[in-house]
Amino acid sequence: MNIIVCIKQVPDTTEVRLNPETGTLIREGIPSIINPDDKAGLEAALRMKDKNGAHVTVISMGPLQADDALREALAMGADEAVLVTDRAFGGADTWATSSTLASAIKTLPYDLIITGRQAIDGDTAQVGPQIAEHLGLANISYAEEMETDGKSVTVKRQFEDRYHIIKAPLPCLVTALSELAQPRYMTPGGVFRAYQKQQVKNLTRADLDVADENIGLKGSPTRVFKSFAKELKGAGTVVSMEGEEAADWIVEKLEEKFLI
Amino acid sequence: MEKSNYKDIFVFAEQVDGKIAGVVFELLGKAKELAAVRGGNVSAVLLGSGVQALCKKLAQYGANRVVLVDDKALETYMTEPYTKALYQVVSQYNPEIVMFGATAIGRDLAPRVSARAHTGLTADCTKLEIQDETGNLMMTRPAFGGNIMATILCPNHRPQMATVRPGVMQRIAPIEGAECPVDKVEVANLASAMNVEILEVVKKVSEKMDIMDAKVLVSGGRGMGCPKNFEALEALAEVLGGTVAASRASVDAGWQPKERQVGQTGKTVRPNLYIACGISGAIQHLAGMEDSDVIVAINKDATAPIFEVADYGVVGDACKIVPLLTEALKAQRAKKV
Repeated sequence: MNIIVCIKQVPDTTEVRLNPETGTLIREGIPSIINPDDKAGLEAALRMKDKNGAHVTVISMGPLQADDALREALAMGADEAVLVTDRAFGGADTWATSSTLASAIKTLPYDLIITGRQAIDGDTAQVGPQIAEHLGLANISYAEEMETDGKSVTVKRQFEDRYHIIKAPLPCLVTALSELAQPRYMTPGGVFRAYQKQQVKNLTRADLDVADENIGLKGSPTRVFKSFAKELKGAGTVVSMEGEEAADWIVEKLEEKFLI
Repeated sequence: MEKSNYKDIFVFAEQVDGKIAGVVFELLGKAKELAAVRGGNVSAVLLGSGVQALCKKLAQYGANRVVLVDDKALETYMTEPYTKALYQVVSQYNPEIVMFGATAIGRDLAPRVSARAHTGLTADCTKLEIQDETGNLMMTRPAFGGNIMATILCPNHRPQMATVRPGVMQRIAPIEGAECPVDKVEVANLASAMNVEILEVVKKVSEKMDIMDAKVLVSGGRGMGCPKNFEALEALAEVLGGTVAASRASVDAGWQPKERQVGQTGKTVRPNLYIACGISGAIQHLAGMEDSDVIVAINKDATAPIFEVADYGVVGDACKIVPLLTEALKAQRAKKV
């Protein structure tokens, strides 16, 4: 069974801080990580491999630095890594990203495609289902649990107030929640292998059978018009108090606002 | 593509088990506002099986028309039949804007429909406006974990599609007795689009009020120290007729269930009163609660960012103050009676 896992290298947004003077993001010194939902998807693929055998290929679209994320995936146990990288792919929104990744995936054998539900920098959750759309596959989003018998996958699909147990014939695409699987650590042997023995295969514009109008900025229906720091509503009254004094002060304020 | 051929605003009227999702009413309210600026009408697109009775309610909340696809294959949400049906509606009517709730259904359906229609989709919007010069929809959304906001346009493709974060837009007061025309659309061979099998539907049972519906929220963070201290928050919430919410830190620590989580990766709430106890106020948390009418914050750390949005801040130990506050409220109530 061939499993493809799509991963994205993202800045660790829990570490992102704003420059209070300029209102811009401070990106320096922010570690790059494999997006958490994607990493859970990779772990789920590796568990399928451990259990029944599978060939796991990780694929990422991004700049050359994304090589690090792919090496980490190899060190965790992936068999093959593909980096889809070219200036022509730059500036892509989710439509163009999914179109590009779909055309890259078409060059590989696959039975199951796993993506993370969403990336922590963009939070869109769109690329997974859109890859499936471009490939004409069924997709199951928000997977909390997943198993396979080699012919189909059975997924526990999360909703706000319920879950569905869904069975889909292969090939299909599943988007993984972080809850799907706690990722393993890289082993020293894995790291050695990833950097010394294994290769990351680069796919560029020339390697893909996709129209120019479906990639990069040109292939993106959406445009970022502007970005800005969020304005907070501004502080009210802050006092330093403890115990009953504090409790009474809050009661007084709630009374003033007719909240009690 | 000729943009002038695209008119009106369509709202995907998500329903599950014959109950319309709350966010749909919020979307209708917003759509009405946008239509007043842009011109055109508001249609609700209702997909399901045996759901015609819901049309009236959609009219009461602002729909000028309901486009209904009523088909047995749409009884339980499944990606492909819903995509096929909605795609046909969109192709047939050419709306200028299509809005979805950013729910577990909307965020699965909208990407597929937008990819099929070859148009742009902006996720999880918190603000929608019409651009003066162009009439384009300006879609504003948080990015980088709520650290920055981005305004997105879809200038040359139609329809312009957006998923909208629940709890952000305002619904209108329902118009009593309102009704609207219902267009029934037949979609051929929907049953054959059922390409997966739903083996089981399991509902989660929660006895507590949804934090998005609560008028008062008492919310706890890592500063509460341990799950046991949430009992004091429960007691305070009870006195105030509210319920307990939580920050990501306390959910990640396993002290509270995910459904209680407020913030960018949790729920957006705007209660009348939000009491933040032992919550430092990371940007991703503030993104989910800063529109609350009145915010009270109790935190030991005077430099905590929560104080930047709080109307009333107390620098002190929430674990000690909260039980005393509960008692003080009870005493105050006894005095009034």
